[in-house]
Amino acid sequence: MAYSSILNWIDFYQNPMSNAYYPFGDIYNLPFDISYKLWELIGGTIAWLINLIFPGNPVSIWLMDDAACTLFALIIFMLIIFIVVFVCTLISLWMERKFLGRMMDRRGTMVGMKGFLQCVADGLKTFMKENTIPGKVDKMTYMWTVSLVIGVSVLVACMVPLSDRWFVVNYDTGLLIIMAFFALAPFFILVSGWAQNNKYSLIGGMRAAELMISYEVPMLIMIGTTALLAGSFNIGDIIDAQYETVWYIVPQIIGCITFFFAATAESERLPFDIAEAEAELVEGWQTEYAGMKWGLIMLADYFRGYVACAMFAIMYLGGWMLPGIGDGPIPEIVFLLKTWFVFFLMILVRAALARVRPDQILNIGWKVFMPLSVINLAIVLLLKVGGVF
Amino acid sequence: MADSLVPVKEIEEKMETDKMWVIMGPQHPFSHGLWTLKVQIDGEIVTDAEPIVGYLHRGWEKETENRTYPKVIPMADRLCYAASMTYTHLYCMTVEKALGIDIPEKAKYIRIVADEVCRIQSHLMWLAAVGTDLGNLTVFLWAMREREFFLDLNVKLCGARMTTNYPRIGGVRNDVTELFDRDILRTVDRFEKAMWDIIALMDESSIIVSRMKGVSYLTREQVANLGMTGPAMRGCGVDFDIRRDDPYDNYDKIDFEVPVLTEGDSYARYMIRIEEMFQSCDIIRQAVAKVRALGKNAPYRIKTPTKVPAGTSFCRLEDPRGESLMYLVSDGSDKPYRLKVRSPIFVNVSTSKAMCQGCRIADVPAILAQIDMCLGETDR
Repeated sequence: MAYSSILNWIDFYQNPMSNAYYPFGDIYNLPFDISYKLWELIGGTIAWLINLIFPGNPVSIWLMDDAACTLFALIIFMLIIFIVVFVCTLISLWMERKFLGRMMDRRGTMVGMKGFLQCVADGLKTFMKENTIPGKVDKMTYMWTVSLVIGVSVLVACMVPLSDRWFVVNYDTGLLIIMAFFALAPFFILVSGWAQNNKYSLIGGMRAAELMISYEVPMLIMIGTTALLAGSFNIGDIIDAQYETVWYIVPQIIGCITFFFAATAESERLPFDIAEAEAELVEGWQTEYAGMKWGLIMLADYFRGYVACAMFAIMYLGGWMLPGIGDGPIPEIVFLLKTWFVFFLMILVRAALARVRPDQILNIGWKVFMPLSVINLAIVLLLKVGGVF
Repeated sequence: MADSLVPVKEIEEKMETDKMWVIMGPQHPFSHGLWTLKVQIDGEIVTDAEPIVGYLHRGWEKETENRTYPKVIPMADRLCYAASMTYTHLYCMTVEKALGIDIPEKAKYIRIVADEVCRIQSHLMWLAAVGTDLGNLTVFLWAMREREFFLDLNVKLCGARMTTNYPRIGGVRNDVTELFDRDILRTVDRFEKAMWDIIALMDESSIIVSRMKGVSYLTREQVANLGMTGPAMRGCGVDFDIRRDDPYDNYDKIDFEVPVLTEGDSYARYMIRIEEMFQSCDIIRQAVAKVRALGKNAPYRIKTPTKVPAGTSFCRLEDPRGESLMYLVSDGSDKPYRLKVRSPIFVNVSTSKAMCQGCRIADVPAILAQIDMCLGETDR
């Protein structure tokens, strides 16, 4: 067999876009490129080893053909995307603990690396805990609802693009799809609250639904407004439009502030964390979840917080573009810095405000957010009709 | 939607809805200590509430009967961890009354200073608890930070932070240290400035104000009938303060105002305590000046007999939480025959039904924070 050397198996310089099964059309995708090269290394070595033992076998040849390469590269691609989002979320978790601590005149977490390792310690702790399931819960529902809450949150976090070369899907309706997945969790929270056979959870689940009907409509109006201004629901187009004109925080200053608070409600953070209001409901809908399940729910909250901030950065802060500079060498870092800046504002809000009452949030949603978002829409329409944008 | 296809009203009438008892406590983030509040809710609205106390009953009153009079003083510290000074003070006053003695002027003023320091630190702890009950952890930490300075004052006065064991039958344990008046004036001045930070965080936040304003009204008559005392009572328009109206020690020689608000809602009860802290600062300033004027060598303690003549005596005092009262029956020996404590919170917490009815379950922690639970004295 001619394929005796390992270098014959590894084609490191092959452009993944020349692969017949390249999944992203004609757009370059950096994480896929990395994962494709990683698979060339790993898969090539495996194929070479198998070929050493069984020369000329079909498995080795299949491992390195276009379809298998795309398949395995996609698996690695998913891992890369998840790990990056996971680390970003851990950083925002660390930011919250550290900055909140400083605002409250205490030190915040202190475990290794300026407190960053506290996340790892917490993860280990929740992992080690006993996985208890209360006796009288509806076990099936209890399990699948929490899996879906976590799953949907992780999914939506992974779907946020970091730049025009770092994305999972590039739909024309990207913003709407993120929003749709984002809004799924409250349904599962509601069902989960019923399933737990606990009064606190029941009230917490009901409150999650109450919360959702109060912020969802104004939030969608504001997303529509941004799409109207940019002329597209595609995230890349929205950001390009902001680069060509001006960051949308300027024309949409009202909408931007409103969206910020609606996004805070969406990610169930203070002052809108009424579904898990610990003062009266112990832990709200999460009361009966113990151990790693609770740890993952906690993490899912931060995933959602990250998505909310990322949406803010996309819609109002120009995404990964900088005015005058454009993409720059590492647009991902620009985007993440903007996201974390928005998250920092959320931490400020959390440190300064108290929790609102469930009836107050309905009032805020329908009597404050709703008119403001409509006013914002009117301003944008005027600008659009006047030919400014 | 003039004619709905579905007859909504009929369905609603047919629907069987059930009221639900939610049991908050004894292990619940809102209960500061071991007690239970059973809340009956209809949806989110509270229709009934029932407090259950007694988890922390230690037989305090019975225990005192086996101890000589001075040995009860450290026990009185343990009645309330946040207001140990006032309870010890109260006990000493009761015994002094039974003995029929008058204590030195200096001791009276020192006791006033100690009481007011205790009141401020107790109110600061209440403020911290209000912060967490409303969901703002920043207030908790800031108020606790301010409280630390007053605990330091306690340390300078008597060496202990919380269980002070400072007043004695016939005076106080030790004179104030040389620089105590300087320290206390500095702390008070600093506190009055720092307090505005917390006020900016609480009173100027419309969320916090809207959480407390207009909920849980109590009228003057209701308060009087329920036996509520303390700041919560004064927030409902009852102008009564034992320090002014039935003065003990030398409170009659000190000029201060009693804050009273007539709104009667949760926010008024909150404002009273904030105001009281500033008034306490004034009292401290005056009392410290009086202590200083009396000079270094003035007596601060007199010797008292170990045996109390047979008879009864009772004394009441304005605790940070309300009106606390001790009733002593002595049989001429060196041990109390009976010592009864009237705890302000035991009475105040029984008003929780009147306070919570008609409010939402989210308001329950904010309302009950205003009575500042302390289980040590409630259950005794």
